[in-house]
Amino acid sequence: MHPENKNEAIILKPIHRPTTGDRLLWFALGGILLLGLSAWVRQYVLGLGVTGLNRPVYWGVYITNFVFFIGLAHSGTFISAILRIAGQGWRKPLTRAAEAITLFSLPFGVASILADMGRPERVFNIIFFGRYQSPILWDFTAVGLYFLSSIVFFYLSLLPDIALCRDRLTNVPRWQRRMYEILALGWQGHPEQFHRLEKVLDGMAIFMTMLVVTVHTVVSWMFGMTLQPGWHTALIGPFFLLGAILSGTAAVVIALAILRKVYKLEQVLHIGLFNSIRKLLITFTLGWIYMMIAEHLTIGYGNMKEEMVVLQDKFSGTYAAIFWSMALLVFGVPVLILIFKAKNNIAWMVTASILINVGMWLERYIVIIPSEVSPRLLPVMGQGIYLPTATEWLITAAWFSGLFLLYMTFTRFFPIIPVWETAEHLPEFEPEGLREAQAVQTGD
Amino acid sequence: MPRWGMVIDLDKCFACQSCTAACRMENNTPVAGPDQTVLGRAILWNEVLPFIEGEYPLVHATMIPRPCMHCDNPPCTAVCPVRATYKNEEGIVVVDYQRCIGCRMCTVACPYAIRYFNWFPPEWPQSLNQHLNPDPEVAPRPKGVVEKCTFCIQRLHKAREKAAAEGRTFQATDYTPACVQTCTGHARYFGDLDDPNSLVSKLAHSPRAFRLLEELGTEPKVYYLKQG
Repeated sequence: MHPENKNEAIILKPIHRPTTGDRLLWFALGGILLLGLSAWVRQYVLGLGVTGLNRPVYWGVYITNFVFFIGLAHSGTFISAILRIAGQGWRKPLTRAAEAITLFSLPFGVASILADMGRPERVFNIIFFGRYQSPILWDFTAVGLYFLSSIVFFYLSLLPDIALCRDRLTNVPRWQRRMYEILALGWQGHPEQFHRLEKVLDGMAIFMTMLVVTVHTVVSWMFGMTLQPGWHTALIGPFFLLGAILSGTAAVVIALAILRKVYKLEQVLHIGLFNSIRKLLITFTLGWIYMMIAEHLTIGYGNMKEEMVVLQDKFSGTYAAIFWSMALLVFGVPVLILIFKAKNNIAWMVTASILINVGMWLERYIVIIPSEVSPRLLPVMGQGIYLPTATEWLITAAWFSGLFLLYMTFTRFFPIIPVWETAEHLPEFEPEGLREAQAVQTGD
Repeated sequence: MPRWGMVIDLDKCFACQSCTAACRMENNTPVAGPDQTVLGRAILWNEVLPFIEGEYPLVHATMIPRPCMHCDNPPCTAVCPVRATYKNEEGIVVVDYQRCIGCRMCTVACPYAIRYFNWFPPEWPQSLNQHLNPDPEVAPRPKGVVEKCTFCIQRLHKAREKAAAEGRTFQATDYTPACVQTCTGHARYFGDLDDPNSLVSKLAHSPRAFRLLEELGTEPKVYYLKQG
């Protein structure tokens, strides 16, 4: 039994033999990924000296990428878990597209950390000798748990659609059919199966919501728990979290717009969805500027020496250009576009979302680097410098290509719109208890 | 158990850098070369930092020799995910080079920036290559791990062994780090801070004594005596 969905054919259409265009794109993205991997091997052989890192700028672009990727990953959980709990039915067509961003950006968050490590081959020391005094262990646990539960959450909600592919897509290659058969785990689409699935997803949504708050907060605590000027603030956790949800939601807009265009899903991913996300984005950008002002006003008003060095470096010093363009990219321009232009206009929505994401990457950078450049002993040590090298940019490009590659490959083999969640009718389910209760009520 | 600490008299220090050189020879720290030094890649467990206040002609310069502070409350050890860096029972903060994963959280957490990362495999010019300290305890560290001043802990181990071999009790005065031993102006003092009769303990209680970034609560065990 399968759910009845009038758009089923449209949704399943993108799943076919890869076209030449697909292959070319796979080849290009895979090529960049391989280039980045070879840059990483070279870095491993020669030492981290091939990056622009130094003393006191021990963390640079890799850690920026880590924070950014984990931020992107917040898209899926926000759309599918938080909005599920809030009972927002409109989210249904875009849950999977959003969750896929979560699932595929998390591995590259982890890869960013591996690229940053001086001794990546000793990564398992974290399991053998790990201790919870260190914020890195908090990160390791939270991100690990988040990744695992995202896989489960994603896979569970994919099950009915894999079964649909198994039964409907009869003209695909043998291995692909076999893959659907195995992955569908014998899903039959009984009403009770759907009932249980909904129950599990509801339960997991609560767990995932708690996890999503924890994950980005502990990511920020990697910085916040140190005494570095500019990092040691209680606001850093909520600020990172809000930024993550902002960039994640903006990433969903970009993904949706591409999917809609390339796979001709206009009917399913209708303009109303974009209008709903628009309201969310306006709220988040306003929230972001609120936190931005709260943080910088507190530091500026307090006027503590070491903190002010970092603040002035951002406002009018070495990092002024990046700081102010970041403020314009995340807030200034997008908020105007979103309020005045983006209603019923996908092109403007995408523009605002791209600006927000570029700005959010810069924001991560501007939180991390200026604090390191001006350590507490600045008067005796002098200011540090940091210029990322080609190796760092290459690995960054590779990790982003990897994300696109995984995403687009996935959409070629699985329906990116949840057929069963958007269906008009699910197989009816009447639990035993309910029937009896009704019988008692009606006096049958 | 002694609690090892150091006192540096800034009145006596004239920034000759012999401590820096002695430390380098004792602990086999690699030579970064001018290009890498400009990039901030030099590894100097001990460094003499100029602290210039005011502008010419009203200028006041202080030279601050800076080893590891060996804090009693070290921010670096707390953040290590694998306990590769820790404070031993005698208060010395050390690094386990075999366990360090190179995440550099400790280097970021240290407010004194005294922890160094091996950006490249260690290297020495040919002439210096012949003069490495053969002590296996200070064997050159591999690339990708963090290293730092250890108060020449290998000398502590040797001093203990020597005292045991000679059949006498180990005395705090048996142990002297290289920078203290070599200090031209006798500006450095070293010993047990917990022994009220030791010279370091007395000097650490001098009205001239201060510590770097004392307000952070890290409780450094390196004291400075203010320039008069």
